[in-house]
Amino acid sequence: MSIQDTHSKIMPSKPLTPLQEFHVYFCQNRGALVGAIFICIMLLVAIFANFLAPHGPAEQFRDALLHPPVWQEGGTWQFILGTDDVGRDILSRLMYGARLSLLVGCLVVLLSLFFGVVFGLMAGYFGGGVDAVIMRIVDIMLALPSLLLALVLVAIFGPSIWNASLALTFVALPHYIRLTRSAVLVESQRDYVIASSVAGASATRQMFINILPNCLAPLIVQASLGFSNAILDMAALGFLGMGAQPPTPEWGTMLSDVLQYAASAWWVVTFPGIVILLTVLAFNLVGDGLRDALDPKLKQ
Amino acid sequence: MALLNVNKLSVQFGDPHSPFKAVDRISYNINAGQVVGIVGESGSGKSVSSLAIMGLIDFPGKVIAEDLHFAENDLQQISAKQRRKIVGADIAMIFQDPMTSLNPCFTVGYQIMEAIKVHQGGSRRTRRQHAITLLERVGIPDPASRMNVYPHQLSGGMSQRIMIAMAIACKPKLLIADEPTTALDVTIQAQIIELLLALQQQENMALILITHDLALVAQSAHQIIVMYAGQVVEVGQAAEIFSIPRHPYTQALLNALPEFSTDKAKLVSLPGVVPGKYDRPTGCLLSPRCPYVTETCRQQEPEIFEFEGRQVKCHYPLDNSGRPSYDA
Amino acid sequence: MTHNVEQPWLIDARDLKKHYSVKKSLWGKTANVKALDGVTFTLARGKTLAVVGESGCGKSTLGRLLTMIEAPTAGELYWNGKNLLEADRQAESLRRKKIQIIFQNPYASLNPRKKISQILEEPLIINTELSKAQRREKVLAIMSKVGLKAEHYDRYPHMFSGGQRQRIAIARGLMLNPEVLIADEPVSALDVSVRAQVLNLMMELQQELGLSYVFISHDLSVVEHIADEVMVMYLGRCVEKGSKQTIFKQPKHPYTQALLSATPRLNSQTKQERIKLTGELPSPLNPPPGCAFAARCRYKMPRCEQESPPLISHDGQQVACFYVQHVEA
Repeated sequence: MSIQDTHSKIMPSKPLTPLQEFHVYFCQNRGALVGAIFICIMLLVAIFANFLAPHGPAEQFRDALLHPPVWQEGGTWQFILGTDDVGRDILSRLMYGARLSLLVGCLVVLLSLFFGVVFGLMAGYFGGGVDAVIMRIVDIMLALPSLLLALVLVAIFGPSIWNASLALTFVALPHYIRLTRSAVLVESQRDYVIASSVAGASATRQMFINILPNCLAPLIVQASLGFSNAILDMAALGFLGMGAQPPTPEWGTMLSDVLQYAASAWWVVTFPGIVILLTVLAFNLVGDGLRDALDPKLKQ
Repeated sequence: MALLNVNKLSVQFGDPHSPFKAVDRISYNINAGQVVGIVGESGSGKSVSSLAIMGLIDFPGKVIAEDLHFAENDLQQISAKQRRKIVGADIAMIFQDPMTSLNPCFTVGYQIMEAIKVHQGGSRRTRRQHAITLLERVGIPDPASRMNVYPHQLSGGMSQRIMIAMAIACKPKLLIADEPTTALDVTIQAQIIELLLALQQQENMALILITHDLALVAQSAHQIIVMYAGQVVEVGQAAEIFSIPRHPYTQALLNALPEFSTDKAKLVSLPGVVPGKYDRPTGCLLSPRCPYVTETCRQQEPEIFEFEGRQVKCHYPLDNSGRPSYDA
Repeated sequence: MTHNVEQPWLIDARDLKKHYSVKKSLWGKTANVKALDGVTFTLARGKTLAVVGESGCGKSTLGRLLTMIEAPTAGELYWNGKNLLEADRQAESLRRKKIQIIFQNPYASLNPRKKISQILEEPLIINTELSKAQRREKVLAIMSKVGLKAEHYDRYPHMFSGGQRQRIAIARGLMLNPEVLIADEPVSALDVSVRAQVLNLMMELQQELGLSYVFISHDLSVVEHIADEVMVMYLGRCVEKGSKQTIFKQPKHPYTQALLSATPRLNSQTKQERIKLTGELPSPLNPPPGCAFAARCRYKMPRCEQESPPLISHDGQQVACFYVQHVEA
């Protein structure tokens, strides 16, 4: 009998690719799974708000001011979660507001991730003067309170969603730079990087093709948590009147407009608040799940 | 009465219906004052089996044994409190990498004194004195001043001596040394092995030397246990086992050593690799790689039995000329 | 291979030095760590030079200098007559194509996020103009040469064992058709039987491709098997150099003798008298004046603590030792 026949008795199993392995670990985390599902639902709602929302976000029903939610006395099925002080349906505004929040979150995270990674790579890989300059600027940025900085920037450039997003990007940048830099410092000492340099790899190739993929894990986690920060900060700016301007439906602005009715009409502040809470929680759970799935040290 | 009695010890991981047996029903005895070498390559289970004896295998690993006795104690039945009393005092262990085995945040003196405190107690002064005596015994120059040194300030050889000092602090009956010199230079290695053997003699301590370096253990041990893929394949006296190996794996290990081949000739080596989690063969675990394999080997797992004064786990152990004993 | 003039040596290194300046404290003086302090050797085509020593002797630094991972502080390095230390593109590209490296740790020397195909194609992408199909062909050819199967092409490093990873590292070293491979402890991290397989592979490749090796190792039994010439190093200097036969049969320098006697051997015929070395390697930050080995040497003479012995030839070997000089005179 040949060796080949013997091998047929052995049960080999095909090794998992990194993506499959990640999928297995991620799905074991219930919290992360629930968070991910919630985010997917939120995404669908945002995309299909046109079809799902019962009314337009700015549509005012003058004869239905401050209607309570459907399960309370005086509520109707026309306005499931009630109306606000100018007669706009809260449910529709929340749905359209999801678009804004997710959009802003994406924008802020992508921009700060991109620039943060580039500067972090440069600081970590080149070291010396480049590192010193970048990190001192980062230190200065980190010394300033983030929300105040955002407020100042928005105040200078004028309140709008776009300006608020840019301000939040600026404020989130130093965290990504630091994170990338520390990961790069560790990875660039490894043998495989030296091996590539012996093969003649240029600095750009080393930074983006060889080192960056190995630094992604903490960045991905930070990005998902950064999403929730962006939504919260945007809501805070909106609350202070520095973000989205009325009548744009934005969760934070929705809160600030109706503060005076909080005692009498609890639903106008509660629902936007709950939605912010749940979305931020979902992103945080997903971020935790990502970290657990991507951290090689926790793997058994 | 043997000091350590291991009978059919297994360490399993994973799914209880088809577990991965990192250690598979190994049995051996160690007497007081004996030096035993456990040899094997990575994946042989040699380190895991020692951790199991010490009780250091946590969930998800499962330790099962028919019998696991140390001195008078049944290691499977004792409570955690009793185990803590024995482990570290009567059974001690030193590990491979001294740099990571010592706590970088505390001085060396503090760590030795802690080991003494846990098992022997005593005032601070007596413990300190004891620690200095220990440092002297393990050959650290100027021991009193070295008490306040941090581990990162020491070289590999010095750190390993500190580990040994901690291990013998409570006069153990059994010392398990898991690859104690693999991370050290050759000249330092020789010093450390010499130290271990000297201490073993002085204290009449049993010593288990776990290593993959056959030559190292040939010089030091009385008895050799050869492990492969979680199983014991051969047990015998050191002098005999390396001159006349009875198991094909032992023979292959010896043949693969460069010192046994002629200049620049091809080294004899077994094809393939040690079976891992996913490719355990049926029958004898060495069958896919063994040069003397037969159909019986592939179908049936051999029992370990006594052959010419050795324990061998093979259907056709090798005779004096190194050929398998097919005609039984 | 076309060369204008056939030089006797492939690599000719003269008095290579590598010093690092280390700041001892924030306002303290900078100390000079002499990782490599004047090493001279030659490497002939198709031969293996083993560089032997314990940690701190500078052998890894030497490997890094030869592949120009770091530039030497002083000294000369010639490839087939051409000066490799010139800062021009031709010298750089020559170095890269002719001298490649294999690292010790098979678990750290391959990028965990890249497939084997990407790791192996990288040198080709950077240095050649081959098309994707041609690169794939070349990679598969070299993979089969080192004993890997075609189905491994799309796998990731963590799916392989230590021995297989080292084969991949060797394959990567071969991609640019080098003439010299610097092997920095290539088998130290491997098991005995896997070690044998990888050593066999290296010897086969040497025969087939006419490769020369600079084999850095601390394991003398491996060195005895694979080397042609041996150079023993201690604290940044060469203490003894010669052919393998002379070094192993008649080691002259006390350190070489101690090293050989400390190496555990099964074969009792080759057992030597055990020379006990006391003490440890002196710190490179604070090297003693005179011979670096003097503090641990059993033949120490007063002269040894004052002057550093030069490398002198004694029938076929080069030894840096005043005692040997004294005895041979």
